Amino acid sequence: MLNILWPIFILLSFIYALISGKINEVNNGIFSSVQDAVELSITFLGTICLWNGLMEIVKRTTLIEKLTKVLRPLVHFLFPELKKNETAKQEISMNMIANILGLGNAATPLGLKAMKTMQKENPKKDTLSNSMMMFIVLNTASIQLIPTNVIAIRSSLNSQNPTSIIIPVWIATIIAAIVGVFCTKLIIKKVK
Amino acid sequence: MAQVINYFSSAAIPVIIILIIAYGLKEKTKVFDNFLNGATEGIEIVFKMFPTLIGIFLAVGALRSSGLIDLIVNLITPLTNLLEIPSQIMPLALLRPISGSASMAVAVDIMQNYGVDTLTGMITSTIMGSTETTFYTIAIYTSVVGIKKTRGILAAALAADVAGMVASTIICRILSMSFS
Repeated sequence: MLNILWPIFILLSFIYALISGKINEVNNGIFSSVQDAVELSITFLGTICLWNGLMEIVKRTTLIEKLTKVLRPLVHFLFPELKKNETAKQEISMNMIANILGLGNAATPLGLKAMKTMQKENPKKDTLSNSMMMFIVLNTASIQLIPTNVIAIRSSLNSQNPTSIIIPVWIATIIAAIVGVFCTKLIIKKVK
Repeated sequence: MAQVINYFSSAAIPVIIILIIAYGLKEKTKVFDNFLNGATEGIEIVFKMFPTLIGIFLAVGALRSSGLIDLIVNLITPLTNLLEIPSQIMPLALLRPISGSASMAVAVDIMQNYGVDTLTGMITSTIMGSTETTFYTIAIYTSVVGIKKTRGILAAALAADVAGMVASTIICRILSMSFS
């Protein structure tokens, strides 16, 4: 996708600059943009390393396993077809908890494992099962307690209150998840 | 209400850090070693993001300085007004489901140009925090089990994304109104 969009953006900008006589601005613009990218990356280094370090401490504790119990009723409701498949339910809960804690690196491997477990009892091997659809949609909705990367970038950009987005993020992410779950349930009913 | 949210948000970071370290100590893990390993991974994240950042900044810089972005923003304003999304955020909204690092780069560019703590900056941050790289997620989760027929899951996932973006905009608007 970006292989098409990126050159189009650049070519159109240069052509437009030539027509509107802004070629000097573009000349300066591209070099200062690249300079900005370097400076920003250096400021990101500090904050992103800080959060990743903290999150690694969490990853090495038993917090993820412990919190999976809290999700039981929710997992029962969202995955009615996995009644007897305890392994799948456990893996799904662990993936969800890792996502909620903002442990993206831990969530993906757990999620892939859950997919493989669900595939074992999938009657049509080339088609997504109902449970798989629900699981993937939940993962694309990104339910997060602490959006660490965004907070890190906000503080790098000298925000006065980098964490002020936490509550808006919670509300928005829950709304997104509810819409996702609703649409998935709809598709499950309509598309066989 | 706004003050409560504000106070809670400012207290969040210290509280989270204390809890994480205390929990690590309680379970007798090597807190500092683990921190270092995580921080090393952080370096990798920034290094991997760097080329994308350069590439996207180059393109966005060209779009902006040539004046083309103003033209595009003016063209899509009627549509974005309908959705109540500020038109400056539209490039982010379109890119968000496609590429994680590219949308992060665009988000950084928006926050740099329109301010981190402005309404536009708040909406940008909230969108980044509440949505995922939908296409990528669907691709890796289906390919790991070799599934080809996805039964319109993309529609459900994109509906969730749009809902998240519109919700982000509305919530930030309400909050900024009660702040001022």
